[in-house]
Amino acid sequence: MIAASEPIQRPSEAKLLVIGRGGALEHWPRSALVELLQPGDLLVANDAATLPASLAGTHVETGRSVEVRLAGRGSLEPNDVGRFLAVIFGAGDFRTRTEDRPLPPEIEPGDRIRLGPLEATVESLEHHPRLAWIRFGGAVDEIWSGLARHGKPIQYAHVRQPLALWDVWSPIAGPAAAFEAPSAAFALSWKMVSAMRVKGVELATLTHAAGISSTGDPDLDARLPFDEPYRIPGYTADAIGRAKERHARVIAVGTTVVRALEDAALTEGLIKAGTGLATRKIGPATRLRIVDALISGTHERGTSHYELLRAFVPAGTLEDMERQLDSRGYRTHEFGDSILVEKAVEEVRPGGGELR
Amino acid sequence: MTWRVAITGGTAGLGLALVREFLERGADVAFVARGSDGVVRVAQEFPRAHGIIGDVSKKEDIHRIALQILGALGGVDVLINNASDLGPTPLQLLADTECEDFERALVTNVLGPFRLTKALLGSLAAQARENGGAVVLNVSSDAAVTPYAGWGAYGASKAALHHLSRIWDQEGAGSGVRWLSVDPGDMDTALHAAAVPDADRSALKRPEVAARELADAVAAALEDAGVVALEDAGGAALEDAGGATLEDAVTRAGQGGPQETRRGRRHEENDRGK
Repeated sequence: MIAASEPIQRPSEAKLLVIGRGGALEHWPRSALVELLQPGDLLVANDAATLPASLAGTHVETGRSVEVRLAGRGSLEPNDVGRFLAVIFGAGDFRTRTEDRPLPPEIEPGDRIRLGPLEATVESLEHHPRLAWIRFGGAVDEIWSGLARHGKPIQYAHVRQPLALWDVWSPIAGPAAAFEAPSAAFALSWKMVSAMRVKGVELATLTHAAGISSTGDPDLDARLPFDEPYRIPGYTADAIGRAKERHARVIAVGTTVVRALEDAALTEGLIKAGTGLATRKIGPATRLRIVDALISGTHERGTSHYELLRAFVPAGTLEDMERQLDSRGYRTHEFGDSILVEKAVEEVRPGGGELR
Repeated sequence: MTWRVAITGGTAGLGLALVREFLERGADVAFVARGSDGVVRVAQEFPRAHGIIGDVSKKEDIHRIALQILGALGGVDVLINNASDLGPTPLQLLADTECEDFERALVTNVLGPFRLTKALLGSLAAQARENGGAVVLNVSSDAAVTPYAGWGAYGASKAALHHLSRIWDQEGAGSGVRWLSVDPGDMDTALHAAAVPDADRSALKRPEVAARELADAVAAALEDAGVVALEDAGGAALEDAGGATLEDAVTRAGQGGPQETRRGRRHEENDRGK
């Protein structure tokens, strides 16, 4: 697929590939999404606002330049901004593909990293020379201020111009929680939300700390997604309960929503309001308990997003999807086109029990 | 529940009074202002409030401000766009107004509130889904509807803000987010002194009185939407300092304009010189 290289969240020509329950594929303009929804459907989207998670700075012990990308956090509490899981790159910036970025200098627990107005201390390495838990010094408000002033959104080599924070905040962005944009929500305009309301389609949100999509390091990429905290509001838990009662579809907007809801369902059996930490990977062996359909970007084989699609449809359907995405000129990545995939009917679902 | 309130222009005049008023009512408060000295001073005076340095007239600052508001508070139930620019000081006839002064008034009083509201709308709408309602209060002026000579830049910008509030309230009707456009009256503030240096200050409304009226208006809108009220520590009695009642002072942005209220009269009484 072609990489979408302009940071436009809702280009008028955006496409939508629809994968029906029986595996049939249809091509739609994405602007017609509401036409494909049925009265009673519940859309659940991730309202996490994207953090300026890329911080340029200096490894104090060696004096060498580094880029720190925040990639994980223990919880979504506003006060919990002291400690982050971070991927540390050597010198350079986003114009170099992550695959080609040099390793950082050797980093050890106790090392300090100066990041503009912020200073972080390395707490521990996570079994990899560029993955570490770091802790910022200073009061909570000072850390937020430092991130706001010095941080930039994580950039992509396939997007020509530097991304500003407004490029990566979806229209429904709320709590500041995502390390990279929960980009499926880029497709939602407020006009669409309005049209959904008129049609009797409900919209609810949860907040999931969407992590980084790729580090360029095969060992680290194999560990993605990292553990991601989420919060499900009471309204959303109730809306899901009501949707299930009336046998309506629960449609996740974004893979992070699938991850949060299915994690919550496995922990609790049903969706309750509250917070959690999504630790499981979703793949072919996952039995989806809550989510009936997914609106997402177009994903390529080998990514964790693609693996997640295998929980919805059999391998053969995904191969059909790949062929169609390629032959019809669909664009991929954050600002690319979308798919709407409905969970296959039981008979054609791949076998297998649940993951853990 | 504890309301989460963000206030721009929060280190002086009405904004500072609003910070104090909402804190007294038990809300979590984040305030924004341009000057770091002022932000530090107010944050020291009110340790529970979160001070944010930022300029709402700068496009580059808006998302940084929004990030810090969302970071500090976790979400927003109430946004008060209070920061205002008077335009040229001393006031000028339109024919003598430099376009840069007019631009600064427009970007501070219209585009800034528009951008900040847009950046926080996802959170406001989520709060409204969860709790029943959320409020954006845009601080208006009688100059938004009455064409006072000498107040061209300010008046035109406030007229635009008032209309913006009304349209947004129409469009947002289904979301649970309400837009209020409120004229706080002529207050004894630095902005008023810059505009009317020889005004009789004793005839002007005290900012804390206006702040209480605005907070009451926000409370009424939230309660109307079914949001559980804060405990009102300040007492609900409305002081009639400016000759206005609450009904006069508040216009639900979607329901009629300030034409239908008595605003403007006070200006004629107090500041005939305008």
